[in-house]
Amino acid sequence: MRFIDVEGKLIPESLAKEYSGEAKPISRIDHIVPLPLNPQFSVSTKLLSFLEGRHLLLDELPFPLDVIHTHYEHGYISYEKGIVQTEQGWRCRRCGNENTHLFASFFCARCETICTYCRRCIMMGRVSECTPLLVSHFYSEPAMYEKPLAWNGELSLGQQQAAEAVVAAVEKNLELLIWAVCGAGKTEVLFPGISRALELGKRVCIATPRTDVVLELAPRLKQAFPAVPVIALYGGSDERGTLSPLVVATTHQLLRFYRTFDVTVIDEVDAFPYSVEPMLQYAVEKARKETSALIYVTATPHKAWQQEIKLGKRQAVTIPARYHGFPLPVPSFEWCGNWRKAVKRGLFPRNVSAWIERRLQEGKQAFLFVPHVELLERVVVILKQLDNRIEGVHAEDRERKEKVHAFRKGNIPILVTTTILERGVTVPNIDVAVLGAEDDIFTEGALVQIAGRVGRSAQYPSGDIRFFHYGKTKEMLKAKRQIIRMNKEAEERGMLKRG
Amino acid sequence: MRPYCLLCHHCYQPRVSWSDLLTLKKGDCLCATCRRSFSLIDSDICSDCGRPLDHLDHSYRDGDVCNDCLRWQNDNEWKGVLAKNRSVYVYDDVMKEVISRWKFRGDYAIIEAFRHDVCRVFSHHFSSESVLVPIPLSRERLYERGFNQAKALAELLSLPILDILERDHLEKQSKKSRHERLQMENVFRLRMSLPLEKPLVIIDDIYTTGATVRHAAKRLRQAGATDVSSFTLARA
Repeated sequence: MRFIDVEGKLIPESLAKEYSGEAKPISRIDHIVPLPLNPQFSVSTKLLSFLEGRHLLLDELPFPLDVIHTHYEHGYISYEKGIVQTEQGWRCRRCGNENTHLFASFFCARCETICTYCRRCIMMGRVSECTPLLVSHFYSEPAMYEKPLAWNGELSLGQQQAAEAVVAAVEKNLELLIWAVCGAGKTEVLFPGISRALELGKRVCIATPRTDVVLELAPRLKQAFPAVPVIALYGGSDERGTLSPLVVATTHQLLRFYRTFDVTVIDEVDAFPYSVEPMLQYAVEKARKETSALIYVTATPHKAWQQEIKLGKRQAVTIPARYHGFPLPVPSFEWCGNWRKAVKRGLFPRNVSAWIERRLQEGKQAFLFVPHVELLERVVVILKQLDNRIEGVHAEDRERKEKVHAFRKGNIPILVTTTILERGVTVPNIDVAVLGAEDDIFTEGALVQIAGRVGRSAQYPSGDIRFFHYGKTKEMLKAKRQIIRMNKEAEERGMLKRG
Repeated sequence: MRPYCLLCHHCYQPRVSWSDLLTLKKGDCLCATCRRSFSLIDSDICSDCGRPLDHLDHSYRDGDVCNDCLRWQNDNEWKGVLAKNRSVYVYDDVMKEVISRWKFRGDYAIIEAFRHDVCRVFSHHFSSESVLVPIPLSRERLYERGFNQAKALAELLSLPILDILERDHLEKQSKKSRHERLQMENVFRLRMSLPLEKPLVIIDDIYTTGATVRHAAKRLRQAGATDVSSFTLARA
């Protein structure tokens, strides 16, 4: 769309009748004057609450343009540039993109000129030179809740200590990292902190990279905080037009917020591919209030953070023990020769076959992790000779859900997988093997997550973790050391079950 | 500096052959993995609608014509309206995803990924004397999308483009069945008169039932055109 610039005041071309002047895309208007708020104006609370705390495109606001524009004229809403020119090129103000190769231009039917747009956040709608971002200057009174937490479960000692640190971070607007081993019970750790925030009338957002985690978390939060409207935001969710003091969202959805949250919890920070990380960093900084608490939760902080924690430069609390109090099972390494060559010839290293056969005989289920999709297909073909029920699953697999479900039900004895199942999927009483643990894809974090699949339930707290390799790597050693260190710390802090 | 793949945004090593160097052809804008994921339509196709016949059961075809086209041929109202259709890619899951990113999300730049194949397949099946007629969008839809995908495709071909069709704003085609699409009144109108002696090629992004391009072809024939075919990016 285009605006007519009347001494810094913007008028959408389609609404401008009496004004004549050149209509331009918003990014080509040099000086935009903020308009003063008119307290006498009778506002549309529907519109303002839809936009509260957000950073939205006109296409995302289901209100007529003239209604939106009168709110602009009375100072309640402002039009901001979606794309701004920089010395090097462009910057997208929604996602922070400045990479030249992620901008493109086309002849735009909306502004009838060559228009540059951001390709990085295009999955959330196109932000271009002629796309205004809308921001509301209206803030509703925060709701305060008295003792909103209905959950009365018990926290383990490790959880308790971490939960206290979260409460302190919420109260004092601090940044905190919770390093919780796989199976520590990290969600419950957040409950007292969230509860405190709600008592203080703060807005809380829990952001996580994956939609399935949002869908799993939302009902748990609703149950724990029955009086609080919890909303879940992900691509395609229908709760977009509401803002609640407790939001669970995919990390990408944070791009649609603007200085909104007093407490932002980022779950599994390390789960993103490195390339998308800068965008999410920007999203978090944009969505949180300038003075607010920021809490990271992870089982596998990356190298730089581990270093900062060691040097005391980063506020962190660890939960080294699982909620059930049994130590983490420690992986063992086993050399398996040039397994790639063997697999190409349709063969399998003898010791890996033996490991699989043993599981099949004992009727114990297992995951077998392989480095790449291309290998997965071959491996499955070979293993089906041992047992036809063996299946493989990878990220783009259309039957992914069905296969994971069949595995849970016990219909698949061995599930061969790429690293997609390293997080999230927990099945009681399983063993885990990695074929080709030396591959670059198996970083310290990935291997710790893989090992973290084993021994999750209190009923079956142990199991076998075997890294089959063709040459040990530093990452393998670091992963093993991290697990041993966590067990030692749990022991020292008295968090492990005796006997 | 190594280029970034237009689709997956990863850095890649472009494959350069001697002929590329000699002809100064530009390297591919996609990485090898993304390029391989596109399925070109080649070899055995229906002589009418250009759909691949190799996976089609024999009961769904008669010689080199598919049953859908036989139905068109047996319908007096539609018989001979469209000389033929040809398409570049199979409309499979990958193409669905790519086209949706391109036209619905509005990532215009993806057009470059189609350029080479579109030009090659077009010149294989159509005369260089052809005049292109892109399927138009309604004003409302054009504003919503920001660009007309059919026109963007036509612009790849460096042939004369006649933007002479107009369409009324109606609900989306993709939500209708073949029957509903056929029953519809012709949504196209002609803006001006035609150069009757040239072969006309209607350009669109997807051929699904063939109703859209036939409606457009009919309008062109009513205005006196004698040679009307169509060319689409994908064939469902």
